[in-house]
Amino acid sequence: MAEKNSNRKIFFNPLSKDNPVIVQILGICSALAVTAKLEPAIVMGLSVIAVLAFSNVIISLIRNTIPTNIRIIVQLVVVAGLVVIVNQLLLAYAYDVSKQLSVFIGLIITNCILMGRLEAFAMSNRPWPSFLDGVGNGLGYTVILVIVAFFRELLGSGTLFGYQIVPDWMYEHGYENNGLMILPPMALIVVACIIWIQRSYNKDLQDK
Amino acid sequence: MKILKRYFDRMRPYFEEGGRLHSFRSVYDGFDTFLFTPTATSQNGTHIHDAMDSKRLMIIVVIALLPCLVFGMYNTGYQHWLASGEEVGPFRTLLLYGFLAVLPKLLVSYAVGLGIEFAVAQWRGEEIQEGFLVTGILIPLICPIETPLWMIAVATAFSVIFVKEVFGGTGYNIFNVALVTRAFLFFAYPASMSGDKPFIAHDQILGVGTPLPDTFTGATPLGQVATMSGDSAIHMVGVNGAELSTWDLFIGLIPGSFGETSTLCILIGAAILLFTGIASWRIVLSVFAGGAVMSWIAHMTATPAYPVSMLSVGDQLCLGGFAFAAVFMATDPVTAARTDTGKYIYGFLVGVIAIIIRTYNNGYPEGAMLAVLLMNALAPLIDYCVVQCNINRRARRTRPNS
Repeated sequence: MAEKNSNRKIFFNPLSKDNPVIVQILGICSALAVTAKLEPAIVMGLSVIAVLAFSNVIISLIRNTIPTNIRIIVQLVVVAGLVVIVNQLLLAYAYDVSKQLSVFIGLIITNCILMGRLEAFAMSNRPWPSFLDGVGNGLGYTVILVIVAFFRELLGSGTLFGYQIVPDWMYEHGYENNGLMILPPMALIVVACIIWIQRSYNKDLQDK
Repeated sequence: MKILKRYFDRMRPYFEEGGRLHSFRSVYDGFDTFLFTPTATSQNGTHIHDAMDSKRLMIIVVIALLPCLVFGMYNTGYQHWLASGEEVGPFRTLLLYGFLAVLPKLLVSYAVGLGIEFAVAQWRGEEIQEGFLVTGILIPLICPIETPLWMIAVATAFSVIFVKEVFGGTGYNIFNVALVTRAFLFFAYPASMSGDKPFIAHDQILGVGTPLPDTFTGATPLGQVATMSGDSAIHMVGVNGAELSTWDLFIGLIPGSFGETSTLCILIGAAILLFTGIASWRIVLSVFAGGAVMSWIAHMTATPAYPVSMLSVGDQLCLGGFAFAAVFMATDPVTAARTDTGKYIYGFLVGVIAIIIRTYNNGYPEGAMLAVLLMNALAPLIDYCVVQCNINRRARRTRPNS
């Protein structure tokens, strides 16, 4: 029972209370870079979930055989291999989105969330909890990306998934898309708003 | 006034602890201290007494802005008539037209900004802070006359919340609130905020003026120069096609953001601020010095690739928002450097950077706004270095063998 309970915690904690983006403030760079539109944000989120879950499992499986002093290199090799696979899959099946994401799929290798989870969790836990931890953290990352991208695409381009949402009559009455939403600073401010809202609900996260 | 005072005094019990309207205490206090003197008296210890509380200080800044405001109204009417091609109407008609054009913007900026301030003060149970008195009048002054009202509302709300309230309210903001509003508008709605369309009022307002065709354009002199290409001689023209001299730029009957065009009126405002000691003369002086030095360097090394660099020093200082930023924006005591030496450095860099951005970045026709915001961010660092240098100097003095 205790095992199951903690598994649930491992999976659900990263979604809100221990969210990698808005609580640990990791992976901010890619959150800024790929959230101007919803579609790339979701694809990016899925890629990170996949890479994180499988690299967690692989590292967890071989954790007892990795010499401690070269563990970072081993982790990087595993992550890099998985990222290359994801990148090739995207190029094969979602070429347009892959073009939009350009270098940022490759940069998953340097995403701090990955190194953080591998070091902090997979190196000292069994494969199944590691898998859950990877998926949970990936989902926590994706949720934030999607929220940020939703507001940025809606207010910045007036569309969602590329379909026009803001009706034509609003444009005719002088409405204009907010160009600042497309620029990176606004992603930071939206992330800040999410942090603000979350902290005001979770009292134990507030700084003294 | 007496009747009003008596009314306020009679209402007081309702807002005291336990009164029916206690939750609106901050609103009551705000109006009471705005109209009369605060009733709070010191209870113990020694206090420094000065009639100059921040409300009085803000009001003097507003008074210093009035010449720019009135001139802006007149100029708006003047440009409109000039653009319509009709004979320029009488003074009061022009003023009335400008007044009607700017009034909604003033109301929107004050309503949104004060609304947020009141709501936040109420929510936190604090007194209302008066910082928005000046900001509210600055916002319409630094925007083009054709800025849509909803954009002003959105931008004002954004900057009051994200620049002022989240940092702790008036006196804690790290950037100048009015300038962030302008920057927000500039980056969020570039199509409506720059180019050659928004600087001339197009509409007929309450029967005053003549409606202009939508396609009518009147670029600001700075905009004209910035978009010039391959020409070795610069020339700026007014909306009616007449050539503009440095004197015209100084007086300010040119298209531009509402209250920024007249260097003359800005200097009157500067005199008021400097005479009452509200603005730091160190900052004003060093901004102009920095601007003059950089314009001179740009003028010496002028190339047709950067047409703005061919302007003379005097033109550079009179054009665009430079003078306005020097007098009313850079001197904001909250966001400027605090130390005396720091003020010279801060002001000088504001002037230099404003001219650098304006001259060498053809994408941004005006650099004063970005220069002040950048230096706002660096002001604490400047102060830190100045203070540390002073500490080191004094420490060296105590060492006997150096």
